[in-house]
Amino acid sequence: MIVANRKPLEEILEMIRPYKKILLLGCNECVTVCAAGGQREVGVLASELRLSRAKDGNEIEIREHTLERQCDYEYIDQIRPFVGDYEIVLSMACGAGVQYVAETCRSKLVVPAVDTTFLGVTMEQGVWSERCQGCGNCILDKTGGICPIARCAKSLLNGPCGGSSGGKCEIDKEVDCGWQLIIDRLQELGQMDRYEEIIPVKDWTTARDGGPRKRMREDLRL
Amino acid sequence: MTNTGSNIERILDTGGFVVTSECGPPRGADAGVVRKKGELLRGVVDAVNVTDNQTSVVRMSSLSACVILKEMGFDPILQMVCRDRNRIALQSDLLGAAALGINNVLCLSGDHQKFGDHPQAKNVFDIDSIQLIQAVRRMRDEGKFIGGEEIKGKPVLFIGAAANPFADPFEIRAPRLGKKVKAGCEFIQTQCIYNLERFERWMAMVRDRGLHEKCAILAGVTPFKSVGMAKYMKNQVPGMDVPDEMIERMKGVPKEKQTEEGIKICVETIQRLREIPGVRGIHIMAIEWEDRVSEIAKAAGLLPRPQLP
Repeated sequence: MIVANRKPLEEILEMIRPYKKILLLGCNECVTVCAAGGQREVGVLASELRLSRAKDGNEIEIREHTLERQCDYEYIDQIRPFVGDYEIVLSMACGAGVQYVAETCRSKLVVPAVDTTFLGVTMEQGVWSERCQGCGNCILDKTGGICPIARCAKSLLNGPCGGSSGGKCEIDKEVDCGWQLIIDRLQELGQMDRYEEIIPVKDWTTARDGGPRKRMREDLRL
Repeated sequence: MTNTGSNIERILDTGGFVVTSECGPPRGADAGVVRKKGELLRGVVDAVNVTDNQTSVVRMSSLSACVILKEMGFDPILQMVCRDRNRIALQSDLLGAAALGINNVLCLSGDHQKFGDHPQAKNVFDIDSIQLIQAVRRMRDEGKFIGGEEIKGKPVLFIGAAANPFADPFEIRAPRLGKKVKAGCEFIQTQCIYNLERFERWMAMVRDRGLHEKCAILAGVTPFKSVGMAKYMKNQVPGMDVPDEMIERMKGVPKEKQTEEGIKICVETIQRLREIPGVRGIHIMAIEWEDRVSEIAKAAGLLPRPQLP
């Protein structure tokens, strides 16, 4: 899933300072699972904003609404009948959702209430961790199913570096060394011979470096 | 034999024992600082490493400081990290270095920028150290860029890399060196050695694979200035292995004698390292302490250095 963090209240208050009528828009997908911008977080943020603004004697009207997804036109269309009643849309979706709402509702200012961080997994209740950077050219078959691009602080394809110590990364004793994980896994799988193969320089054209990406399936187009 | 003009290569070819040290460029544009550090190493080393924004702190560029040292008659080793430059910039600097008469390159991944003075910087890591070794080798021997285009005027460089026998996991440290050798590495400078027992185990694994015959191992040493420095190296520097008995030995002498004790430990370490089969040289990293390198080299019996025509 896409993992996000709710922005600090002060930052959100500053973004909406001039406005009195706000549409607060949650998303029922990834940000719900990672407890950053689902229906529940929409409720919590709305209460915090109302309280804070009331305290300053600057009352605010907030409509709380959570869409099934903010990354699909058909769901965004649901806000068309009433979006015009509000001065600003405060979106709690990931960066993709915020932008798509903005593209759809061109006359409205759409601002983010979360910081979008990474593609990751739920480790345990309340803990999420990065697994993928969407580089567009997956090599997990070569590295025991553990990604060196996402999980090595230097994205080394032929690691580990000299800073790997006791299974941890040189940048932080709380961060696992991605290459230690790869080696442990290759050992478990009896594939240590793979370690000795040099992985060649990566073609980054499929990643962000190649420019904004787009995928098309001709067979699915209408 | 490639005949790069490198002093390291020339000494190795005649079966000699190599001595290198390093010069960290200043945090400013004063060439005088480089010259002053250089003077302290005159007649003491065969080649001198010039660090590349070490610990991710902005300094005068490695290539510029290399040229200053070259003008003084040294054979500089251009350190190159993959943290700050992509494959376009790295290859461009390799061509420039060769054009300016630099004979040696040391290919490194580089410390993470978190440790430096610009932790907010974006890092590059387009390629890694092993891929950089491969690239230099291909540029030199095949005259081809990473992208496959032909080079007009090949960069003739003697190719080195680093190895840390003290990082984890230990069991892959010799295979990892094997990858560097397979990529085309011709000499290795190791992380500072304090745990000789572990270093000897690593060297045995290196010899078992015959890597010492394909690539010259230069053993790294760094003298302690004080017990405080020894403790710092042990506890704060990732991938550094300082045994407790060394801390105890430093502690056991009065404060004013600790500097001399640190140098004594360093000299004894060098003498033991010279006895290990497959060790072809010593790399003395006296961080911001270049004035003691000469004394260490002399006490360890590494002087005089061979006169090369």
